[in-house]
Amino acid sequence: MAYQEDIALMAHLMRRAGFGAGRDELEARAAKGYEATVEELLHPETQPPVDAYTLLRYQPASLLPGGQPPMGNLNWMYYLVNTQRPLEEKVALFWHHVFATGNSKVDNYDRLLEQIQLFREHGMGNYRDLLLTVAKNPTMIFWLDNQQNHGNAVNENWGRELLELFSLGAGNYTETDVRECSRAFTGWTFETKIPRAPYGRFPWKFEYRPEDHDDGEKVFLGHKGRFNGEDIIDIVVQQPACGRFICRHLYNFFVADEPQVPAWPIEAPRDQKAIDTLVGAFRDSKFDIRSVLRVLFNSDFFKNARFEHMKSPAEVVVSTLRLVGGHELPKPGYGDLSMQPTYMGQDLLNPPSVEGWHTGKEWINSGSLMARVNFVAEKVGDTSLPGVRSIINRLKEHGSLSPEQLVDGCLDQIGPVQVGADTKQELLSQAKEWGQVTWDSTENAKIADQHAAEMLQLIAATREYQFG
Amino acid sequence: MPATQETKKDPVIVVLQLTGGNDYLNTVIPYNNPLYRDNRKAVGIPDNQIMHLDQDYGIPHYMAPLKQFWDSGNLAIVHGVGWKESPRSHFRAMDIWHTCEPVKVGTEGWLGRVAREFDPKKENVVTTVSFGPSLPRSLAVPGVPVACVGGALEKYGFLPTIQGQQRKQVLERFAAMYKPAIGTGAVMDYMADTGIDSLKGEDILKVAPQKYSSTVQYPNTSIARKLKGIAQTHLADLGSRIFYCDHSTFDTHAGQNPGHGNLWTAVTEGVDAFMKDLHEHDHADNVILLMFSEFGRRVRDNGSGTDHGAGGVAFVLGDKVKGGHYGEMPSLKAEHLVQGDLNPNMDFRSVYSTILDKWLKLNPAPIVNGTFEQPAFLN
Repeated sequence: MAYQEDIALMAHLMRRAGFGAGRDELEARAAKGYEATVEELLHPETQPPVDAYTLLRYQPASLLPGGQPPMGNLNWMYYLVNTQRPLEEKVALFWHHVFATGNSKVDNYDRLLEQIQLFREHGMGNYRDLLLTVAKNPTMIFWLDNQQNHGNAVNENWGRELLELFSLGAGNYTETDVRECSRAFTGWTFETKIPRAPYGRFPWKFEYRPEDHDDGEKVFLGHKGRFNGEDIIDIVVQQPACGRFICRHLYNFFVADEPQVPAWPIEAPRDQKAIDTLVGAFRDSKFDIRSVLRVLFNSDFFKNARFEHMKSPAEVVVSTLRLVGGHELPKPGYGDLSMQPTYMGQDLLNPPSVEGWHTGKEWINSGSLMARVNFVAEKVGDTSLPGVRSIINRLKEHGSLSPEQLVDGCLDQIGPVQVGADTKQELLSQAKEWGQVTWDSTENAKIADQHAAEMLQLIAATREYQFG
Repeated sequence: MPATQETKKDPVIVVLQLTGGNDYLNTVIPYNNPLYRDNRKAVGIPDNQIMHLDQDYGIPHYMAPLKQFWDSGNLAIVHGVGWKESPRSHFRAMDIWHTCEPVKVGTEGWLGRVAREFDPKKENVVTTVSFGPSLPRSLAVPGVPVACVGGALEKYGFLPTIQGQQRKQVLERFAAMYKPAIGTGAVMDYMADTGIDSLKGEDILKVAPQKYSSTVQYPNTSIARKLKGIAQTHLADLGSRIFYCDHSTFDTHAGQNPGHGNLWTAVTEGVDAFMKDLHEHDHADNVILLMFSEFGRRVRDNGSGTDHGAGGVAFVLGDKVKGGHYGEMPSLKAEHLVQGDLNPNMDFRSVYSTILDKWLKLNPAPIVNGTFEQPAFLN
């Protein structure tokens, strides 16, 4: 079963480093090899970009959507569904979880999409440079009010979250550090701050105003000097807490679910050795995220962490759409499709707060579970969709399937997905009610198609399917 | 309604969480205190926009609908709520409010514990109903069901596209697959409970919007929609005892005016409609509404807003609530501030303790992890 194991491992990699893959793609990648696939994913520039012109031809309003959903969601959903650079989008989603910025306040999807583009471009680069770029990102500045952080009136919002949520984690700095950090970022603002009404939205551009900057001496994390924002970032990234915090985020997102971020100062990581390994790569590479991810994806702790991660709503929706196919073109109706993660508790480009989303088990509650099951079941039960057809065609190659073969075949083709013995028993009981399915006549083929699709729906409704 | 009139109905609590850190000083304004003006040069509420509650305090005009509850003696204002050394982190602070665990990470929400007391055998899966896309930690206790309604009540249910004869069979299969199994782990168990409980809950909750009719018009805001869902569920007499909803974000670092006003207008207009609706159906006398936020904001404004602080205000409202001030606003004097923030003088667990003891008739100590003084806003 070595080949089957290669496919299962590749499926795992693609779920985590991307948004899943159909069987044809998994087979092609398995033939190419695991490490070679990791390298390809780490170098998105080797793959063609998403065809933005098609998006604009179908949905011109998604170029500059303004403040109204769903056009911003639609823009990103199109990229997520169509990208041939899955890790680039996945990393953008990762940083969106960390540097969570939301339309509820920004009221400007144009600028939020620009921030996502920033994550695409810099997300696998140097973390220190990324942090500096984010500090100068007008959308972030506005989100955390740094345009109101003046030399003579300090606003702590950005300064605090930089330390608490973007680099060190709570417990690794004092209230004085927050104050001094905020002082160092006074004068970091943007233009044009013209009100939206009555002229519409203006592009924003970073602006540094020396006359509004508090150039006095600061004492920050044990260092003393007339620090400016960039100095602060240089001090921050050198803190041992920084590597630990960022690597725990990477572990939580790509490897296995950790407790929620506020618990991190109190609860130890589930795999301290894995975190240490990642922190080592972070330090040795001078904060190069690509290097850390290379170590991560090639590690045994990653390869062994299958189904140890609750799929986020974005992962549920995008992986389903990529699997079933037929959603490449942003046709009418794409807006509602783009809001599906919202219905499951993850409103992309509009996280509930700067903390981002609670992940893991907390994705699941009665309402969100219904939304997940209902969406996936509707899609995988649609036998007109090319990805579903492709699954059925592979099942059909056997000509005729016993109940066991139908269950195993569907579990294999939709994943491979692992289910517990009890779940499997239920799936089997259902299949036994249908008996042998065959494609030997038009009439039987129609019934067989239907039962295959219903089996896929039942699998999508299982608890196990919620993990990725 | 006089606060002493007895009711035989089970007491119900509605929690409205003001997420983001509501600015206490601009919510209950000490308008005679010169330190208020000194500290609130940019975001202070002008005198002509303050509705006086009494000789010391007023509310901003944008909270006008709340005034009637004060005037009728049904609004309790609990001052200086927080705890010593409260963190200025939203998330940690909210966790602490939810779990009553200021030091370690709590695994049980206080209202989840209440639900377990009410319904230890899980006989009613809609004992707790939360309106919003995520499950607040205050409701989360392993094995305690919570119906989370993310959208419209009408749409709450599994696999709506499968109808007719087949539906029953599929849902039975679904239930069987969500049967808890030994040794599959806490998360799988949690999902099992969630799946089974929601399956039961959908049949129950479906009834609520069907039974509902009212002359009350709710405003078109997200919080009003949530409150309307709560009213529909409560009016359907499904045995629900705990309702939860939230409104955000009160994190007014900048643009506090008009931001704070828009938030409170939405909340108070929603609450106004909600209470009118309950009164219209004679369903108000067994309901209290608690409004709280994870912390207050800094005393001195920052030029356009206010930064994270400590010490906030909680409101308790209802026909059976004894209106008035409880506790005292902490001193605004510079020498009494802690890092520029009010020094909380009413532990948040005190507010819970009164509600638990006097309203829900439960022993507060095991729920809030300790014994705390009880401000007497309920008989």
